[in-house]
Amino acid sequence: MKQLIQLNVNGILEEVEIEPWWTLSFVLRDKLGLTGLKVGCETGDCGACTVLIDGKAVRSCLLLAMKAIGKDIVTIEGLQQKDGRLHPLQESFIENFAVQCGYCTPGMILSAKAMLDENEDPTEADIKEALQGNLCRCTGYTKIITAVLDAKVKMKKSLDG
Amino acid sequence: MRFQYIAPKTIQEAAAFLVECRQRVKIIAGGTDLLLQMQNGAVQAEFVMDIQHITQLDYIQFNENTGLRIGANTTLRALENSAPLRQAYPVISDSARNIASVAIRNVATIGGNLCNASPSADMAPALICLSAAVKVVSATQERMVPIEDFFIGPGKTSLKPGELMAEVRLPPMPENSASTYLKHTTRGSVDLAMVGVAVLVALDGLSCRDIRIGLGAVAPTPMRAKTAEAAIIGKAIDDESIKRAAALASDESRPISDARASKTYRKAMVKVLTRRALQETLNGLHAQS
Repeated sequence: MKQLIQLNVNGILEEVEIEPWWTLSFVLRDKLGLTGLKVGCETGDCGACTVLIDGKAVRSCLLLAMKAIGKDIVTIEGLQQKDGRLHPLQESFIENFAVQCGYCTPGMILSAKAMLDENEDPTEADIKEALQGNLCRCTGYTKIITAVLDAKVKMKKSLDG
Repeated sequence: MRFQYIAPKTIQEAAAFLVECRQRVKIIAGGTDLLLQMQNGAVQAEFVMDIQHITQLDYIQFNENTGLRIGANTTLRALENSAPLRQAYPVISDSARNIASVAIRNVATIGGNLCNASPSADMAPALICLSAAVKVVSATQERMVPIEDFFIGPGKTSLKPGELMAEVRLPPMPENSASTYLKHTTRGSVDLAMVGVAVLVALDGLSCRDIRIGLGAVAPTPMRAKTAEAAIIGKAIDDESIKRAAALASDESRPISDARASKTYRKAMVKVLTRRALQETLNGLHAQS
């Protein structure tokens, strides 16, 4: 039986009618039109469906939408700054050619963001560990890591400056 | 998958529902194991009962004298990052860190890992070495179950209808002891363990006062290599005795061949990992003293 619930997505309180067995990835994509997150493996292994829940990276394909009620959900669409500029991570990914087909990108960026929000000065090893659960079939990861290192510098500058 | 979703607020409510609905209900905590199983049809249920609203199940409490208590709903990520845990029971944090990926660990719980009862459950070998027990509660009573008795088969625990696992308890680490968990996988931690080996070594001078060897993924349940333990306990730990224990642990293991590895390979890896884990633990102890 469908239930009307409220989900806080990118700062907006969305009302949506859901079946209790719907996953967050299905609700975000198919009911709220937030198709930035991708569904790859549907088994929690590839990371393409990663969103942030209360600042932490989570596999939306393995999370019941019911369990996201009352939490702060951030999708890749929510990263854009208020003045329309992209988030430093998004800029770095573009500038460093860390995007090819783009399928892994939203998940990669959100996993990186979750890490940078916890640790503003990660080493390359820290980055590799944080992104271990995000698979990329195109880039070979090198430029992705460079992009995150680049974003780290940008983000520090904007905090200091 | 189709089901009704219920979210009890207290253990009593949860237990009452379990009694009323028995096999028709599945418990969900993080859901990273359950949803996978339901989506591929391996598991079906009329009701899915979410126990994450029962807040008194999410905690890590450490006391120097009485030991450690971990609530069943504590996430693996919390175990990984807990400073007191890393200080006093590093092997528990290490075991948690070895599971899946950050995003899974942010949601998955220790209760879920144990109640899912995979033969390769990464939390199990270390908990076996550290003599853990789980607190099982029902509407009317609670009982403590030693971790070795908790698993009774692949995917099966000794929970009776109407019972919930509420807590994991560990005694203080023995005097002058250290413990290591090694997980053997094809790639990084995202893979399930082909073989998991945990050891606990307590020394009296150069002699082994106590030893425990926990093996994962090489039997229908996580197991203890008791014959291997008996070969070292009370004796000096050196290359010889380590080799012997590793060989005995391999003999004791009862793996199957599956998609991840063959039985022969697994047995061989039990020997290698047991030797490495014992060596690493010993090195750690020497470094400590």
